[in-house]
Amino acid sequence: MQQVTEIRWHARGGQGAVTAAKMTAEVALSQDKYFQAFPEYGPERSGAPIVAFTRISDKPIQIYSAIEHPDYVLVLDPTLLDAVDVTAGTSAGAVVIINSEEDATALARRPEMAGKSVYTVPATRIALETIKRAIPNTPLIGALAEVSGIFSLEGVLNEVKTSLGKKFNEDVVKANLEAVKRGYGEVSGL
Amino acid sequence: MTRKAITGNGAIALALKQVDPDVMSAYPITPQTEIAQNYAQFVADGAVKTEYIAVESEHSAMSAAIGSCAAGARTITATSSQGFALMWEMLFIAASLRLPITMPVITRALSGPINIHCDHSDSMGGRDCGWIQLYGEDAQEGYDNAIQAFRIAEHMDVRLPVMTMIDGFIISGAISPVETLEDDQVKQFVGGYEPVHPLLDIDNPVTVGAFDSLGGWYFEHKVTQNDAMAKAMDVIESVGREYGELSGRPYSHFKTHMIEDAEIVLVAIGSAAGNVKTMVDKLRSEGKKVGLLKVRTFRPFPHRQIAEALSSARVIGVMDRSDSFGSQGGPLFTEVRSALFEAEPRPQVYNFIYGLGGRDIFPDDIEGAVRLLERAAAGEKVSHARHYLNVRGVSVDGQA
Repeated sequence: MQQVTEIRWHARGGQGAVTAAKMTAEVALSQDKYFQAFPEYGPERSGAPIVAFTRISDKPIQIYSAIEHPDYVLVLDPTLLDAVDVTAGTSAGAVVIINSEEDATALARRPEMAGKSVYTVPATRIALETIKRAIPNTPLIGALAEVSGIFSLEGVLNEVKTSLGKKFNEDVVKANLEAVKRGYGEVSGL
Repeated sequence: MTRKAITGNGAIALALKQVDPDVMSAYPITPQTEIAQNYAQFVADGAVKTEYIAVESEHSAMSAAIGSCAAGARTITATSSQGFALMWEMLFIAASLRLPITMPVITRALSGPINIHCDHSDSMGGRDCGWIQLYGEDAQEGYDNAIQAFRIAEHMDVRLPVMTMIDGFIISGAISPVETLEDDQVKQFVGGYEPVHPLLDIDNPVTVGAFDSLGGWYFEHKVTQNDAMAKAMDVIESVGREYGELSGRPYSHFKTHMIEDAEIVLVAIGSAAGNVKTMVDKLRSEGKKVGLLKVRTFRPFPHRQIAEALSSARVIGVMDRSDSFGSQGGPLFTEVRSALFEAEPRPQVYNFIYGLGGRDIFPDDIEGAVRLLERAAAGEKVSHARHYLNVRGVSVDGQA
Protein backbone atom coordinates (compact mmCIF):
# COMPACT_ATOMS: atom_id res chain seq x y z
CA MET A 1 0.00 0.00 0.00
CA GLN A 2 1.00 3.63 -0.32
CA GLN A 3 2.96 5.23 2.50
CA VAL A 4 0.29 7.59 3.72
CA THR A 5 0.11 9.29 7.11
CA GLU A 6 -3.49 9.37 8.31
CA ILE A 7 -4.71 11.89 10.85
CA ARG A 8 -8.09 12.13 12.59
CA TRP A 9 -9.23 15.31 14.29
CA HIS A 10 -11.80 15.25 17.10
CA ALA A 11 -13.61 18.41 18.10
CA ARG A 12 -17.01 19.83 18.78
CA GLY A 13 -18.92 21.54 15.99
CA GLY A 14 -17.65 25.09 15.74
CA GLN A 15 -14.21 24.50 17.30
CA GLY A 16 -12.37 24.48 14.01
CA ALA A 17 -11.49 20.84 13.33
CA VAL A 18 -12.25 21.26 9.64
CA THR A 19 -10.14 24.42 9.57
CA ALA A 20 -7.33 22.54 11.31
CA ALA A 21 -7.53 19.70 8.77
CA LYS A 22 -7.51 22.31 6.01
CA MET A 23 -4.58 24.25 7.48
CA THR A 24 -2.62 21.02 7.69
CA ALA A 25 -3.40 20.45 4.01
CA GLU A 26 -2.11 23.94 3.20
CA VAL A 27 1.11 23.22 5.07
CA ALA A 28 1.43 19.95 3.10
CA LEU A 29 0.87 21.90 -0.12
CA SER A 30 3.60 24.37 0.77
CA GLN A 31 6.00 21.47 1.32
CA ASP A 32 5.18 19.85 -2.06
CA LYS A 33 3.49 16.89 -0.42
CA TYR A 34 0.24 15.22 -1.48
CA PHE A 35 -2.73 15.42 0.83
CA GLN A 36 -6.46 15.11 1.38
CA ALA A 37 -8.52 16.93 3.98
CA PHE A 38 -12.16 16.13 4.50
CA PRO A 39 -14.82 16.34 7.17
CA GLU A 40 -17.08 13.49 8.18
CA TYR A 41 -19.97 14.31 5.90
CA GLY A 42 -23.35 14.73 7.42
CA PRO A 43 -25.37 17.07 9.55
CA GLU A 44 -23.17 19.10 11.92
CA ARG A 45 -24.49 20.77 15.04
CA SER A 46 -22.59 23.37 17.01
CA GLY A 47 -21.17 21.72 20.14
CA ALA A 48 -21.79 18.14 19.03
CA PRO A 49 -18.78 15.82 18.62
CA ILE A 50 -17.40 15.85 15.07
CA VAL A 51 -14.40 14.40 13.29
CA ALA A 52 -12.32 15.53 10.34
CA PHE A 53 -9.53 13.76 8.48
CA THR A 54 -6.21 14.50 6.81
CA ARG A 55 -4.06 12.21 4.67
CA ILE A 56 -0.48 13.21 3.83
CA SER A 57 1.97 11.44 1.55
CA ASP A 58 5.03 12.01 -0.61
CA LYS A 59 3.17 10.34 -3.50
CA PRO A 60 -0.25 10.97 -5.05
CA ILE A 61 -3.05 9.65 -2.83
CA GLN A 62 -5.67 7.63 -4.69
CA ILE A 63 -7.72 6.22 -1.89
CA TYR A 64 -10.91 8.02 -0.97
CA SER A 65 -12.53 5.92 1.74
CA ALA A 66 -12.84 7.16 5.30
CA ILE A 67 -9.81 6.79 7.57
CA GLU A 68 -10.39 3.72 9.74
CA HIS A 69 -6.99 3.31 11.38
CA PRO A 70 -5.42 6.75 11.91
CA ASP A 71 -1.73 7.06 12.76
CA TYR A 72 -2.35 10.33 14.64
CA VAL A 73 -5.40 11.44 16.60
CA LEU A 74 -5.70 15.10 17.57
CA VAL A 75 -8.25 16.06 20.19
CA LEU A 76 -9.22 19.73 20.19
CA ASP A 77 -11.51 19.48 23.21
CA PRO A 78 -10.52 17.44 26.31
CA THR A 79 -14.17 16.99 27.35
CA LEU A 80 -14.54 14.69 24.32
CA LEU A 81 -12.46 12.04 26.08
CA ASP A 82 -15.53 11.18 28.18
CA ALA A 83 -17.95 11.52 25.27
CA VAL A 84 -16.41 9.48 22.44
CA ASP A 85 -13.65 6.89 22.11
CA VAL A 86 -11.03 8.98 20.36
CA THR A 87 -8.81 5.92 20.00
CA ALA A 88 -11.36 3.91 17.99
CA GLY A 89 -9.67 1.99 15.18
CA THR A 90 -6.15 2.98 16.17
CA SER A 91 -3.36 0.45 16.31
CA ALA A 92 -0.97 -0.02 19.21
CA GLY A 93 1.63 2.51 18.12
CA ALA A 94 -0.85 5.30 17.35
CA VAL A 95 -0.14 8.80 18.65
CA VAL A 96 -2.82 10.77 20.49
CA ILE A 97 -2.27 14.52 20.98
CA ILE A 98 -4.75 16.11 23.34
CA ASN A 99 -5.45 19.77 23.98
CA SER A 100 -5.31 19.62 27.76
CA GLU A 101 -3.81 21.28 30.83
CA GLU A 102 -3.31 17.83 32.30
CA ASP A 103 -0.07 15.91 32.31
CA ALA A 104 0.19 13.35 29.50
CA THR A 105 1.10 10.64 32.05
CA ALA A 106 -2.25 11.13 33.77
CA LEU A 107 -4.27 10.86 30.58
CA ALA A 108 -2.22 7.90 29.38
CA ARG A 109 -3.60 5.93 32.36
CA ARG A 110 -7.08 5.99 30.83
CA PRO A 111 -7.94 2.43 29.74
CA GLU A 112 -8.51 3.30 26.06
CA MET A 113 -5.04 4.90 25.88
CA ALA A 114 -3.30 1.59 26.66
CA GLY A 115 -0.41 1.15 24.24
CA LYS A 116 -0.84 4.58 22.66
CA SER A 117 1.71 7.36 22.69
CA VAL A 118 -0.09 10.14 24.51
CA TYR A 119 0.90 13.80 24.33
CA THR A 120 -0.75 16.88 25.75
CA VAL A 121 -0.44 20.55 24.92
CA PRO A 122 -2.34 23.41 26.63
CA ALA A 123 -3.54 24.65 23.24
CA THR A 124 -6.56 26.64 24.43
CA ARG A 125 -4.46 28.56 26.97
CA ILE A 126 -1.78 29.21 24.36
CA ALA A 127 -4.44 30.42 21.93
CA LEU A 128 -6.01 32.72 24.54
CA GLU A 129 -2.60 34.18 25.42
CA THR A 130 -1.46 34.66 21.82
CA ILE A 131 -4.41 34.96 19.43
CA LYS A 132 -6.68 36.14 22.29
CA ARG A 133 -9.36 33.69 21.19
CA ALA A 134 -10.07 30.09 22.23
CA ILE A 135 -9.11 28.57 18.85
CA PRO A 136 -6.74 25.72 19.70
CA ASN A 137 -5.96 24.51 16.18
CA THR A 138 -2.87 26.64 15.44
CA PRO A 139 -0.93 25.51 18.54
CA LEU A 140 -2.07 21.92 17.84
CA ILE A 141 -0.53 22.03 14.37
CA GLY A 142 2.71 23.18 16.03
CA ALA A 143 2.43 20.22 18.39
CA LEU A 144 1.76 17.87 15.46
CA ALA A 145 4.89 19.14 13.69
CA GLU A 146 7.01 18.48 16.80
CA VAL A 147 5.59 15.03 17.57
CA SER A 148 5.26 13.66 14.03
CA GLY A 149 8.12 15.29 12.18
CA ILE A 150 5.89 15.29 9.06
CA PHE A 151 6.55 19.01 8.75
CA SER A 152 9.40 21.18 9.96
CA LEU A 153 8.52 24.00 12.37
CA GLU A 154 9.98 26.43 9.88
CA GLY A 155 7.74 25.06 7.14
CA VAL A 156 4.62 25.53 9.26
CA LEU A 157 5.66 29.06 10.24
CA ASN A 158 6.29 30.00 6.62
CA GLU A 159 2.91 28.72 5.56
CA VAL A 160 1.06 30.50 8.40
CA LYS A 161 2.91 33.70 7.49
CA THR A 162 1.98 33.42 3.82
CA SER A 163 -1.64 32.33 4.15
CA LEU A 164 -2.67 34.57 7.06
CA GLY A 165 -0.57 37.43 5.70
CA LYS A 166 -2.94 37.70 2.76
CA LYS A 167 -6.00 38.28 4.93
CA PHE A 168 -4.88 39.69 8.29
CA ASN A 169 -2.69 42.47 9.70
CA GLU A 170 0.80 41.94 11.05
CA ASP A 171 -0.32 41.58 14.68
CA VAL A 172 -2.66 38.71 13.90
CA VAL A 173 0.03 36.96 11.86
CA LYS A 174 2.57 37.42 14.67
CA ALA A 175 0.15 36.07 17.26
CA ASN A 176 -0.51 32.95 15.18
CA LEU A 177 3.20 32.37 14.59
CA GLU A 178 3.72 32.61 18.34
CA ALA A 179 0.86 30.13 18.88
CA VAL A 180 2.48 27.60 16.51
CA LYS A 181 5.89 28.02 18.17
CA ARG A 182 4.45 27.58 21.64
CA GLY A 183 2.43 24.52 20.59
CA TYR A 184 5.64 23.09 19.16
CA GLY A 185 7.59 23.91 22.31
CA GLU A 186 5.04 23.07 24.99
CA VAL A 187 3.76 19.71 23.79
CA SER A 188 4.89 16.99 26.15
CA GLY A 189 4.38 13.29 26.33
CA LEU A 190 5.73 9.91 27.11
CA MET B 1 0.62 26.09 -13.75
CA THR B 2 -0.27 26.64 -10.10
CA ARG B 3 -0.75 23.96 -7.45
CA LYS B 4 -3.62 24.71 -5.09
CA ALA B 5 -5.20 23.15 -2.01
CA ILE B 6 -8.84 23.24 -3.06
CA THR B 7 -12.10 21.27 -2.83
CA GLY B 8 -13.47 19.43 -5.86
CA ASN B 9 -16.28 21.97 -6.07
CA GLY B 10 -13.82 24.84 -5.71
CA ALA B 11 -11.69 23.45 -8.54
CA ILE B 12 -14.69 23.17 -10.86
CA ALA B 13 -15.97 26.65 -9.98
CA LEU B 14 -12.48 27.94 -10.76
CA ALA B 15 -12.46 26.17 -14.14
CA LEU B 16 -15.80 27.78 -15.00
CA LYS B 17 -14.52 31.17 -13.87
CA GLN B 18 -11.46 30.84 -16.09
CA VAL B 19 -13.72 30.10 -19.07
CA ASP B 20 -15.99 33.02 -18.09
CA PRO B 21 -19.07 31.95 -20.09
CA ASP B 22 -21.84 34.40 -21.01
CA VAL B 23 -24.58 32.98 -18.79
CA MET B 24 -24.91 30.71 -15.76
CA SER B 25 -28.37 29.74 -14.56
CA ALA B 26 -28.25 27.62 -11.46
CA TYR B 27 -30.02 26.55 -8.32
CA PRO B 28 -27.98 25.45 -5.29
CA ILE B 29 -28.31 21.86 -4.10
CA THR B 30 -26.17 19.73 -1.80
CA PRO B 31 -23.43 18.75 -2.63
CA GLN B 32 -23.18 21.07 -5.67
CA THR B 33 -23.96 24.21 -3.63
CA GLU B 34 -20.37 25.41 -3.34
CA ILE B 35 -20.17 25.74 -7.15
CA ALA B 36 -23.29 27.91 -7.38
CA GLN B 37 -22.15 29.89 -4.34
CA ASN B 38 -18.56 30.44 -5.52
CA TYR B 39 -19.72 31.39 -8.99
CA ALA B 40 -22.28 33.86 -7.68
CA GLN B 41 -19.42 35.37 -5.65
CA PHE B 42 -17.25 35.69 -8.79
CA VAL B 43 -20.14 37.50 -10.47
CA ALA B 44 -20.73 39.77 -7.45
CA ASP B 45 -17.01 40.56 -7.27
CA GLY B 46 -16.88 41.43 -10.94
CA ALA B 47 -14.30 38.69 -11.51
CA VAL B 48 -16.31 37.39 -14.48
CA LYS B 49 -18.55 38.99 -17.08
CA THR B 50 -21.10 36.17 -16.79
CA GLU B 51 -24.77 36.99 -16.34
CA TYR B 52 -25.89 34.91 -13.34
CA ILE B 53 -29.55 33.89 -13.38
CA ALA B 54 -30.71 32.89 -9.90
CA VAL B 55 -33.69 30.66 -10.68
CA GLU B 56 -36.36 29.11 -8.46
CA SER B 57 -35.77 25.46 -9.36
CA GLU B 58 -33.59 23.18 -11.46
CA HIS B 59 -36.36 22.82 -14.01
CA SER B 60 -36.05 26.55 -14.45
CA ALA B 61 -32.26 26.38 -14.36
CA MET B 62 -32.21 24.07 -17.37
CA SER B 63 -35.05 25.93 -19.09
CA ALA B 64 -33.20 29.23 -18.72
CA ALA B 65 -29.99 27.57 -19.93
CA ILE B 66 -31.83 26.31 -23.01
CA GLY B 67 -33.30 29.75 -23.71
CA SER B 68 -29.99 31.44 -23.17
CA CYS B 69 -28.01 29.01 -25.29
CA ALA B 70 -30.61 29.13 -28.08
CA ALA B 71 -30.39 32.91 -27.97
CA GLY B 72 -26.68 32.59 -28.74
CA ALA B 73 -24.90 32.70 -25.38
CA ARG B 74 -22.27 30.28 -24.06
CA THR B 75 -24.21 28.85 -21.13
CA ILE B 76 -23.54 26.70 -18.08
CA THR B 77 -25.32 25.30 -15.06
CA ALA B 78 -24.48 22.73 -12.36
CA THR B 79 -26.52 20.35 -10.26
CA SER B 80 -26.88 17.17 -8.17
CA SER B 81 -29.41 14.48 -7.36
CA GLN B 82 -33.00 15.75 -6.98
CA GLY B 83 -32.03 18.85 -8.94
CA PHE B 84 -30.87 16.63 -11.78
CA ALA B 85 -34.13 14.71 -11.56
CA LEU B 86 -36.12 17.93 -11.65
CA MET B 87 -34.30 18.96 -14.84
CA TRP B 88 -35.27 15.70 -16.45
CA GLU B 89 -37.62 16.70 -19.27
CA MET B 90 -35.49 19.71 -20.14
CA LEU B 91 -32.30 17.60 -20.42
CA PHE B 92 -33.76 15.84 -23.48
CA ILE B 93 -34.79 19.17 -25.01
CA ALA B 94 -31.32 20.68 -24.54
CA ALA B 95 -29.80 17.68 -26.33
CA SER B 96 -32.34 17.51 -29.14
CA LEU B 97 -31.96 21.23 -29.82
CA ARG B 98 -28.22 20.51 -30.13
CA LEU B 99 -27.35 23.19 -27.59
CA PRO B 100 -23.74 22.99 -26.35
CA ILE B 101 -24.56 23.65 -22.69
CA THR B 102 -22.03 22.30 -20.19
CA MET B 103 -22.97 21.13 -16.70
CA PRO B 104 -20.87 19.75 -13.85
CA VAL B 105 -22.90 17.14 -11.96
CA ILE B 106 -21.83 16.44 -8.39
CA THR B 107 -23.20 12.95 -8.11
CA ARG B 108 -25.54 12.11 -5.25
CA ALA B 109 -28.14 9.48 -4.43
CA LEU B 110 -31.79 10.01 -5.30
CA SER B 111 -34.57 9.90 -2.71
CA GLY B 112 -36.00 7.83 -1.14
CA PRO B 113 -35.19 7.30 1.58
CA ILE B 114 -33.82 10.83 1.71
CA ASN B 115 -30.06 10.72 1.39
CA ILE B 116 -27.57 13.45 0.52
CA HIS B 117 -24.49 11.29 -0.06
CA CYS B 118 -22.72 10.00 -3.13
CA ASP B 119 -23.86 7.49 -5.65
CA HIS B 120 -24.39 7.66 -9.41
CA SER B 121 -28.18 7.20 -9.51
CA ASP B 122 -28.66 10.77 -10.71
CA SER B 123 -26.29 10.92 -13.68
CA MET B 124 -26.67 7.25 -14.62
CA GLY B 125 -30.42 7.73 -14.64
CA GLY B 126 -29.82 10.41 -17.26
CA ARG B 127 -27.59 8.29 -19.47
CA ASP B 128 -30.10 8.18 -22.32
CA CYS B 129 -31.09 11.84 -22.40
CA GLY B 130 -28.69 12.63 -25.24
CA TRP B 131 -25.95 14.37 -23.26
CA ILE B 132 -22.30 13.45 -23.44
CA GLN B 133 -21.14 12.11 -20.08
CA LEU B 134 -17.58 12.32 -18.73
CA TYR B 135 -16.75 10.95 -15.27
CA GLY B 136 -13.77 12.12 -13.21
CA GLU B 137 -11.96 10.31 -10.42
CA ASP B 138 -10.72 13.27 -8.42
CA ALA B 139 -10.79 17.07 -8.20
CA GLN B 140 -8.05 17.36 -10.83
CA GLU B 141 -10.11 15.42 -13.34
CA GLY B 142 -13.21 17.40 -12.38
CA TYR B 143 -11.32 20.60 -13.18
CA ASP B 144 -9.82 19.25 -16.41
CA ASN B 145 -13.11 17.76 -17.66
CA ALA B 146 -15.05 20.96 -16.93
CA ILE B 147 -12.68 22.86 -19.26
CA GLN B 148 -12.60 20.24 -22.02
CA ALA B 149 -16.41 20.02 -21.96
CA PHE B 150 -16.71 23.38 -23.75
CA ARG B 151 -14.49 22.30 -26.65
CA ILE B 152 -16.31 18.98 -27.03
CA ALA B 153 -19.82 20.44 -26.78
CA GLU B 154 -19.12 23.31 -29.17
CA HIS B 155 -17.27 21.27 -31.81
CA MET B 156 -19.18 21.54 -35.10
CA ASP B 157 -19.20 17.75 -35.52
CA VAL B 158 -20.85 17.40 -32.13
CA ARG B 159 -22.97 20.32 -30.87
CA LEU B 160 -24.33 18.37 -27.94
CA PRO B 161 -24.55 19.30 -24.27
CA VAL B 162 -21.88 17.78 -22.00
CA MET B 163 -22.15 16.85 -18.33
CA THR B 164 -19.01 16.21 -16.28
CA MET B 165 -19.30 14.21 -13.08
CA ILE B 166 -17.37 14.04 -9.84
CA ASP B 167 -18.42 12.11 -6.75
CA GLY B 168 -20.46 14.12 -4.29
CA PHE B 169 -18.73 14.88 -0.95
CA ILE B 170 -16.00 12.25 -1.46
CA ILE B 171 -14.40 14.49 -4.09
CA SER B 172 -16.55 17.62 -4.13
CA GLY B 173 -16.04 18.35 -0.43
CA ALA B 174 -12.48 17.11 0.09
CA ILE B 175 -9.49 19.40 -0.17
CA SER B 176 -6.69 18.01 -2.32
CA PRO B 177 -3.89 19.36 -4.52
CA VAL B 178 -5.06 20.53 -7.95
CA GLU B 179 -2.83 21.88 -10.71
CA THR B 180 -4.60 24.73 -12.39
CA LEU B 181 -3.86 26.45 -15.68
CA GLU B 182 -3.51 30.20 -16.01
CA ASP B 183 -6.66 32.13 -16.98
CA ASP B 184 -5.37 33.07 -20.42
CA GLN B 185 -4.31 29.47 -21.15
CA VAL B 186 -7.85 28.30 -20.41
CA LYS B 187 -9.44 31.09 -22.46
CA GLN B 188 -7.14 30.36 -25.36
CA PHE B 189 -7.79 26.62 -25.18
CA VAL B 190 -11.56 27.02 -25.06
CA GLY B 191 -11.60 29.82 -27.64
CA GLY B 192 -14.42 32.21 -28.55
CA TYR B 193 -18.00 31.04 -28.77
CA GLU B 194 -19.71 30.74 -32.17
CA PRO B 195 -23.46 30.25 -31.82
CA VAL B 196 -25.31 28.41 -34.59
CA HIS B 197 -28.63 29.89 -35.73
CA PRO B 198 -28.99 32.07 -32.63
CA LEU B 199 -32.45 33.44 -31.89
CA LEU B 200 -30.97 36.90 -31.43
CA ASP B 201 -29.78 36.99 -35.04
CA ILE B 202 -32.93 38.82 -36.09
CA ASP B 203 -31.80 39.17 -39.70
CA ASN B 204 -31.94 35.39 -40.00
CA PRO B 205 -35.00 34.40 -37.99
CA VAL B 206 -35.40 30.77 -36.93
CA THR B 207 -37.98 28.75 -35.04
CA VAL B 208 -36.68 26.70 -32.13
CA GLY B 209 -38.65 23.90 -30.51
CA ALA B 210 -41.39 23.58 -33.12
CA PHE B 211 -43.98 20.81 -33.33
CA ASP B 212 -42.77 17.93 -35.47
CA SER B 213 -45.53 15.40 -36.00
CA LEU B 214 -46.24 12.24 -37.98
CA GLY B 215 -45.48 13.69 -41.38
CA GLY B 216 -42.41 15.49 -40.05
CA TRP B 217 -38.79 14.73 -39.34
CA TYR B 218 -38.79 13.65 -35.69
CA PHE B 219 -37.32 10.22 -36.42
CA GLU B 220 -34.60 11.61 -38.73
CA HIS B 221 -33.84 14.18 -36.07
CA LYS B 222 -33.18 11.41 -33.55
CA VAL B 223 -30.87 9.66 -36.02
CA THR B 224 -28.77 12.82 -36.32
CA GLN B 225 -28.47 12.93 -32.51
CA ASN B 226 -27.00 9.47 -32.52
CA ASP B 227 -24.68 10.39 -35.42
CA ALA B 228 -23.42 13.33 -33.39
CA MET B 229 -22.73 11.00 -30.45
CA ALA B 230 -20.73 8.72 -32.73
CA LYS B 231 -18.71 11.68 -33.99
CA ALA B 232 -18.14 12.88 -30.44
CA MET B 233 -16.03 9.77 -29.89
CA ASP B 234 -13.14 11.16 -31.97
CA VAL B 235 -13.65 14.72 -30.77
CA ILE B 236 -13.38 13.72 -27.11
CA GLU B 237 -10.07 12.00 -27.92
CA SER B 238 -8.61 14.85 -29.96
CA VAL B 239 -9.62 17.44 -27.36
CA GLY B 240 -8.13 15.20 -24.66
CA ARG B 241 -4.85 14.97 -26.56
CA GLU B 242 -4.69 18.70 -27.14
CA TYR B 243 -5.46 19.33 -23.47
CA GLY B 244 -2.59 16.99 -22.63
CA GLU B 245 -0.20 19.06 -24.71
CA LEU B 246 -1.28 22.14 -22.80
CA SER B 247 -1.42 20.72 -19.29
CA GLY B 248 0.72 17.57 -19.34
CA ARG B 249 -2.41 15.59 -18.49
CA PRO B 250 -3.74 13.89 -21.65
CA TYR B 251 -7.23 12.38 -21.59
CA SER B 252 -8.90 9.59 -23.50
CA HIS B 253 -12.10 7.59 -23.07
CA PHE B 254 -10.65 5.48 -20.30
CA LYS B 255 -7.42 4.80 -18.49
CA THR B 256 -5.88 1.43 -17.77
CA HIS B 257 -3.54 0.31 -15.03
CA MET B 258 -1.60 -2.97 -15.18
CA ILE B 259 -3.99 -4.70 -17.60
CA GLU B 260 -1.50 -5.93 -20.22
CA ASP B 261 -0.94 -9.30 -18.55
CA ALA B 262 -3.86 -9.19 -16.12
CA GLU B 263 -6.09 -12.23 -15.79
CA ILE B 264 -8.53 -10.32 -13.62
CA VAL B 265 -9.56 -6.75 -14.43
CA LEU B 266 -11.83 -4.52 -12.40
CA VAL B 267 -13.73 -1.86 -14.33
CA ALA B 268 -14.64 1.18 -12.24
CA ILE B 269 -15.88 4.74 -12.69
CA GLY B 270 -15.55 7.76 -10.41
CA SER B 271 -13.53 7.96 -7.21
CA ALA B 272 -13.71 4.20 -6.54
CA ALA B 273 -11.30 3.74 -9.45
CA GLY B 274 -8.61 5.25 -7.22
CA ASN B 275 -9.43 2.85 -4.39
CA VAL B 276 -9.24 -0.03 -6.87
CA LYS B 277 -5.91 1.19 -8.28
CA THR B 278 -4.44 1.33 -4.78
CA MET B 279 -5.60 -2.25 -4.20
CA VAL B 280 -4.29 -3.40 -7.61
CA ASP B 281 -0.84 -2.12 -6.62
CA LYS B 282 -1.02 -4.04 -3.35
CA LEU B 283 -2.18 -7.27 -5.03
CA ARG B 284 0.48 -6.91 -7.73
CA SER B 285 3.12 -6.73 -5.00
CA GLU B 286 1.76 -10.12 -3.88
CA GLY B 287 2.22 -11.47 -7.40
CA LYS B 288 -1.46 -11.43 -8.42
CA LYS B 289 -2.24 -10.58 -12.04
CA VAL B 290 -4.89 -7.94 -11.43
CA GLY B 291 -5.58 -4.73 -13.36
CA LEU B 292 -7.92 -1.76 -13.58
CA LEU B 293 -9.83 -0.07 -16.37
CA LYS B 294 -11.17 3.34 -15.31
CA VAL B 295 -14.01 4.62 -17.47
CA ARG B 296 -14.16 8.34 -18.27
CA THR B 297 -16.51 8.53 -21.26
CA PHE B 298 -19.81 6.84 -20.54
CA ARG B 299 -21.81 8.56 -23.31
CA PRO B 300 -20.91 7.91 -26.03
CA PHE B 301 -19.82 4.54 -24.66
CA PRO B 302 -16.45 3.48 -26.14
CA HIS B 303 -17.51 -0.14 -26.51
CA ARG B 304 -15.06 -1.12 -29.28
CA GLN B 305 -12.03 0.37 -27.53
CA ILE B 306 -12.99 -1.16 -24.18
CA ALA B 307 -13.52 -4.61 -25.71
CA GLU B 308 -10.08 -4.34 -27.29
CA ALA B 309 -8.43 -3.20 -24.06
CA LEU B 310 -10.01 -6.10 -22.16
CA SER B 311 -9.21 -8.70 -24.83
CA SER B 312 -6.63 -10.58 -22.75
CA ALA B 313 -8.55 -10.59 -19.46
CA ARG B 314 -10.21 -13.84 -18.45
CA VAL B 315 -12.42 -12.58 -15.65
CA ILE B 316 -13.80 -9.06 -15.36
CA GLY B 317 -15.51 -7.41 -12.42
CA VAL B 318 -17.56 -4.31 -13.20
CA MET B 319 -18.25 -1.96 -10.33
CA ASP B 320 -21.44 0.10 -10.32
CA ARG B 321 -22.29 2.89 -7.90
CA SER B 322 -25.94 2.79 -8.98
CA ASP B 323 -28.40 0.04 -9.75
CA SER B 324 -30.87 -0.51 -12.54
CA PHE B 325 -33.59 -2.38 -10.72
CA GLY B 326 -34.86 -5.42 -12.54
CA SER B 327 -32.12 -5.38 -15.18
CA GLN B 328 -29.24 -7.83 -15.33
CA GLY B 329 -27.00 -5.43 -13.41
CA GLY B 330 -25.87 -1.86 -13.00
CA PRO B 331 -25.53 0.53 -15.97
CA LEU B 332 -21.75 0.15 -16.34
CA PHE B 333 -22.02 -3.64 -16.12
CA THR B 334 -24.64 -3.96 -18.86
CA GLU B 335 -22.55 -1.72 -21.15
CA VAL B 336 -19.28 -3.54 -20.53
CA ARG B 337 -20.74 -7.01 -20.81
CA SER B 338 -22.57 -6.06 -23.99
CA ALA B 339 -19.33 -4.63 -25.40
CA LEU B 340 -17.69 -8.02 -24.82
CA PHE B 341 -20.40 -10.15 -26.44
CA GLU B 342 -18.44 -10.58 -29.65
CA ALA B 343 -15.08 -11.03 -27.95
CA GLU B 344 -13.27 -14.26 -28.79
CA PRO B 345 -12.69 -15.87 -26.35
CA ARG B 346 -15.44 -14.21 -24.37
CA PRO B 347 -14.37 -13.41 -20.79
CA GLN B 348 -16.52 -13.99 -17.74
CA VAL B 349 -18.08 -10.75 -16.48
CA TYR B 350 -19.42 -10.17 -12.97
CA ASN B 351 -21.15 -7.19 -11.43
CA PHE B 352 -20.47 -5.54 -8.08
CA ILE B 353 -22.85 -2.94 -6.75
CA TYR B 354 -21.30 -0.73 -4.07
CA GLY B 355 -21.51 2.65 -2.40
CA LEU B 356 -25.22 3.39 -2.69
CA GLY B 357 -26.27 6.38 -0.59
CA GLY B 358 -22.63 7.13 0.22
CA ARG B 359 -21.82 3.74 1.78
CA ASP B 360 -18.07 3.65 1.96
CA ILE B 361 -15.97 1.22 -0.04
CA PHE B 362 -12.93 0.02 1.88
CA PRO B 363 -9.82 -1.80 0.65
CA ASP B 364 -11.19 -5.01 2.23
CA ASP B 365 -14.34 -4.77 0.10
CA ILE B 366 -12.32 -4.55 -3.11
CA GLU B 367 -10.08 -7.38 -1.98
CA GLY B 368 -13.22 -9.45 -1.34
CA ALA B 369 -14.41 -8.75 -4.88
CA VAL B 370 -11.05 -9.85 -6.28
CA ARG B 371 -11.20 -13.08 -4.21
CA LEU B 372 -14.58 -13.85 -5.77
CA LEU B 373 -13.17 -13.23 -9.26
CA GLU B 374 -10.20 -15.46 -8.48
CA ARG B 375 -12.60 -18.29 -7.64
CA ALA B 376 -14.34 -17.76 -10.98
CA ALA B 377 -10.93 -17.75 -12.71
CA ALA B 378 -10.11 -21.06 -11.01
CA GLY B 379 -13.15 -22.61 -12.64
CA GLU B 380 -15.55 -22.48 -9.73
CA LYS B 381 -19.13 -21.68 -10.64
CA VAL B 382 -19.90 -18.17 -9.42
CA SER B 383 -23.36 -16.60 -9.56
CA HIS B 384 -23.96 -14.00 -12.24
CA ALA B 385 -26.48 -12.26 -10.04
CA ARG B 386 -25.41 -8.90 -8.59
CA HIS B 387 -22.76 -9.06 -5.89
CA TYR B 388 -23.02 -6.33 -3.29
CA LEU B 389 -19.99 -4.83 -1.56
CA ASN B 390 -20.18 -3.65 2.06
CA VAL B 391 -23.86 -4.45 2.53
CA ARG B 392 -24.92 -5.64 5.99
CA GLY B 393 -25.50 -9.35 6.22
CA VAL B 394 -23.97 -10.15 2.83
CA SER B 395 -20.41 -11.32 2.31
CA VAL B 396 -19.21 -10.97 -1.25
CA ASP B 397 -16.83 -13.90 -1.31
CA GLY B 398 -19.30 -16.29 0.29
CA GLN B 399 -17.64 -16.29 3.70
CA ALA B 400 -20.42 -15.19 6.04
